[in-house]
Amino acid sequence: MGLELFNTLILCLLVVVAVLSLWVRDLVVAAVVFAIYSFLMCLLWAEMGAVDVAFTEATVGAGVSTVVLIATVFNLKRKAKD
Amino acid sequence: MKKTAFILVLCIGLLLAWAAKDFPAWGDPQSPASSSPVASHFIANTGVDTEVPNMVTAVLADYRGFDTMFETVVVFIAGLAVFSILRGGPKSRTRDREFVVDFEPDLIVTNTVRLIVPVIQIFAFYVLAHGHVSPGGGFQGGVTMGASFILIALSWDLKTALARFPIERCFTVAALGIVIYAGIGLLSLFLGGEFLDYAHLAKIFPVSPEMARYHAMLGVEIGVGFTVTAIMFALYASLSTDGRMRDGL
Repeated sequence: MGLELFNTLILCLLVVVAVLSLWVRDLVVAAVVFAIYSFLMCLLWAEMGAVDVAFTEATVGAGVSTVVLIATVFNLKRKAKD
Repeated sequence: MKKTAFILVLCIGLLLAWAAKDFPAWGDPQSPASSSPVASHFIANTGVDTEVPNMVTAVLADYRGFDTMFETVVVFIAGLAVFSILRGGPKSRTRDREFVVDFEPDLIVTNTVRLIVPVIQIFAFYVLAHGHVSPGGGFQGGVTMGASFILIALSWDLKTALARFPIERCFTVAALGIVIYAGIGLLSLFLGGEFLDYAHLAKIFPVSPEMARYHAMLGVEIGVGFTVTAIMFALYASLSTDGRMRDGL
């Protein structure tokens, strides 16, 4: 029961975060929201017992790719046009 | 146009949601992935064949080693492509960035980073070397190691990080990682086995064939770690400076 509640909560948050990352205009905020998405996925993988995948998601998805995205955004116009 | 795109996306989303109801339930023992003979073969034989407790690493580095080798090559080519595309662009672009970088590195930030970078690097080595026994391996360890160099670049400046890990050395190290991986594969080829069939390494090392596979997996993971470390840092260095390799973030 507790685990099911946890999964449902994370899956609902995932949808919210996914929509939010498209909705925000500021690209730096979008990059950070992507990091949150990765962390939620990481929690979900770890809960499913795929610890190796969770580890990769935490390092690559939430860590380095956020830095790389922000580094790229700083060389672009920060606000999205539409 | 935007409305049409929204309706299209909504339709595809609903289609995917509708298709998702055919997936097996979570943790279903009858699901195709759990009931396939390949999965049960690995579960039954990994410990016997290779003495590696972490089955994921054994599948990744040994049974599926050819695949992982070319994944490493893909990482290498991706880094090389980003570097050469950004390097080759027009140089005289004067782009006004919205953020001006503080010239002086912050005292508190740099001293904190000075303390935690060695810990991060030791943890990266642990993840790399302990990948057979616990979750982890070359990719995770390499990314953690690369992240420590990125942290140096973020808290001081890119010049400080490039002084420790020049961009030319990045690509040398990345290529060396692939050479290590392919070298272990070729060595087992020359010893009479197939490419990446590590059990034949027992002919020249004083270990059993099972332990030869165990140790060769560590060697292969070290190769992956080399490539991933170097490419992660090279990616950051290229992308944050638009390929100019100076005045990063």
